[in-house]
Amino acid sequence: MEPIIEFKNFSFKYRSQVEPTLRDINLKIYPGEKVLIIGPSGSGKSTLASCINGLVPFSYTGDIEGELRIKGEDPQKLGIFGLAKSVGTVLQDTDGQFIGLTVAEDIAFVLENDLVPQEEMKKKVHGIADIVELSSVLSHAPSELSGGQKQRVSMAGVLVDDVDILLFDEPLANLDPATGKRAIALIDEIKKNEKKTILIIEHRLEDALYRDVDRIILIGEGQVVADMTPDELLCSDILEREGIREPLYITALKHAGCTIRPEDHPAGIASMNLVPYREQVQQWFRCVPEAKAQKLGEEVLRVEHLDFSYKQGQPILSDINFSVRKGEMLAIVGKNGAGKTTLSNLICGFDKPDKGTIYLEGQDIAPLTVKERGEQIGVVMQNPNQMISKPMIYEEVALGLTVRGVPEEEIKERVNETLRICGLYPFRNWPVSALSFGQKKRMTIASILVMRPKILILDEPTAGQDYRHYTEIMEFLKRLNEEQGITIIMITHDMHLMLEYTSRAIVIADGKLLAEDTPSAILTDEALADRAYIKKTSLYDLAVACGIDDPTQFVERFIQYERTVR
Amino acid sequence: MAHRLLTYEKKDTWIDELCGVTKLVFFLCWSITSMMTYDTRVLAVMLVLSLCIYKISKIEWKQVGTVFKFVLVFMIINVLAIYLFSPNQGTQIYGTRTVLLAMTERYSITAEQLFYELNIVLKYFTIVPSVFIFVVTTNPSEFAASLNRIGISYNVGYAISIALRYIPDVQDDFHKIKNAQEARGIELSGKGKLMDRIKNTSAIIFPLVFSSMGRIDTISNAMELRGFGKHKKRSWYMERPLKRNDYLVLVFSILFMIVSLVITYADGSRFFNPFV
Repeated sequence: MEPIIEFKNFSFKYRSQVEPTLRDINLKIYPGEKVLIIGPSGSGKSTLASCINGLVPFSYTGDIEGELRIKGEDPQKLGIFGLAKSVGTVLQDTDGQFIGLTVAEDIAFVLENDLVPQEEMKKKVHGIADIVELSSVLSHAPSELSGGQKQRVSMAGVLVDDVDILLFDEPLANLDPATGKRAIALIDEIKKNEKKTILIIEHRLEDALYRDVDRIILIGEGQVVADMTPDELLCSDILEREGIREPLYITALKHAGCTIRPEDHPAGIASMNLVPYREQVQQWFRCVPEAKAQKLGEEVLRVEHLDFSYKQGQPILSDINFSVRKGEMLAIVGKNGAGKTTLSNLICGFDKPDKGTIYLEGQDIAPLTVKERGEQIGVVMQNPNQMISKPMIYEEVALGLTVRGVPEEEIKERVNETLRICGLYPFRNWPVSALSFGQKKRMTIASILVMRPKILILDEPTAGQDYRHYTEIMEFLKRLNEEQGITIIMITHDMHLMLEYTSRAIVIADGKLLAEDTPSAILTDEALADRAYIKKTSLYDLAVACGIDDPTQFVERFIQYERTVR
Repeated sequence: MAHRLLTYEKKDTWIDELCGVTKLVFFLCWSITSMMTYDTRVLAVMLVLSLCIYKISKIEWKQVGTVFKFVLVFMIINVLAIYLFSPNQGTQIYGTRTVLLAMTERYSITAEQLFYELNIVLKYFTIVPSVFIFVVTTNPSEFAASLNRIGISYNVGYAISIALRYIPDVQDDFHKIKNAQEARGIELSGKGKLMDRIKNTSAIIFPLVFSSMGRIDTISNAMELRGFGKHKKRSWYMERPLKRNDYLVLVFSILFMIVSLVITYADGSRFFNPFV
């Protein structure tokens, strides 16, 4: 069979860069294959995708060496529009790529540009909307859709043109775990029913492997490091070496001392043959010390009977009660749009509750202004670019103190101290633009920390970060928590994060508080996971399959063990 | 979600169902007429019609209220400024001088001046509702399609459409950034001193510009990947054919403009003069 995509000794260097981003790529992808492309940030995996859809070299110019053939043709000759006939791309940003004012128009966009008559266009749009289950929302504006729906609109928008190759750029990035799972399932159905070639770029390996893929291509430093079946890859040590997180159950099996073999199909916990490993896992569970319950500090924040709605009769939050202990790391999890961000807005005073009281160290904070609350409760937004307003790092971190009229000397002292804590002291005289994304994130945290808040609230602290950056940011937060005693509240979709780094989590769905418990208890509760659109951990499945009667305890011991070996 | 100003909302009225191009032609004819004429009779008829159309279109006050108040303030400033800088404009135009309230020679209030300024106020009240009706009842996508039909490049139409698509997103960004900066202590609400507030606006503007630039990059890639600009023409999903009502409104708009202007200029002046 002829490959549908073929790279031969292919290299690419962006015009603005000195070193090539892709080096000597040799790769063949055949029609009907489903291939997962993984690699850490900056490895070149996105550039590889851009070469396939034509953004390289038509939007991002640079030097190409070697050869690339798509359906046997040279992309240079096809041009970006010619390529678009064969390759449909679903970008990462579900919101940003929504072009039309309504769902129907967005799906029709490619047809409009191709001069398809209106009658035919409507027929096609309705047909595709059926496949991706959007028929009931065709006239909706993007702001009325959930993240998952937006992503399905993007999928429909490329499917409608009947392309052969579908390219998904980090499809899981902005979705809650359950919606992400559905997206992967839908991609799989499309592949089977519509006979497409599918390329998925993703660094969340475990989630992407929820449905079978034929091959995984691992890109590291611009080169193909591995090109093999998922089963083979999971049995090797390549993932660890390249800084990619392996599925949790694989890590657990390795901790238990098992040698995983490809013939047992380790690519999915559901389909894996665990019989040969049962004994060892049980053995390990018995030897690992029992997890210790954490000591709880005194109460620092308490929320009582909180109600909130924008419109009467449509509550966003109703009767929320919980408390946060001093020095705790707490996660707020739940479905997209469940009211997690609203809750943080209420605590910070951006919105006023309809009913209920928030106490900070026993004091009702209702009379405090946003600014006054900001001195005690700091918020860090998801996107650092949305916070940075000064060109220099020192100025940016000092801003909160400058506007409060703190004396110059004290500002200097506090800023320098904060920069040291955040590992940014050597860069203090640098411009902000010279920092990497992870460093910018740390700087925005520093700009809040400098006010010495008691509580730090972070919205998706690690969104879009690969494993290395994720670990870097989270270890930093953990250090802050342990060494500075700051209470940290994180709003997140990342179940790994919650499991590994938080001691307690509250679960919110449809405006109600469903649970307040340890992460390991929450992630081993199947009924709860379904209601809150979170995903139970694969460690739970492993424990059940290996006949361990207390899966929650198994998860807890695993986490504790992980902390000691790391 | 807070209510958004001046955005299209679907309503079940015949005005809503008119094509964008019809509404545009009406709007242009109406504005030209209102701008050219100072004939109080014509303006009075237009005012009554404006209010009727406003009523029929079922626009809600909350959609336009804030903007209306803003226009009102602007109008008052305008009227006062005219009095301040040319208090005898009315006398010049109408050729008589009927002093109602004697002040200094220059600033005495005359009936002619009041009547002249009344006309200005009438003009505001005839144009403003038609702007609201046009903006609030026109589906932007359909409007982009209409523009293209009357010969304007689809790039222009789409630029408008994309801008409208992103206004809500940018508004949301703005609120998020404003909140976060307020929490850091940058006072942007009414409490701060005016100068500080102006200075502090940069704390919102910079982050807003940087995050919007990211959006532009994404959207232009997304558009290109889906074939925008491939052909000289494109078809439109939301295009509507002109119906009977459209033709009626078009004919009415043009006739109304002609008749009004004929009445206005019949006596050789733009002004209707009740003083002679």
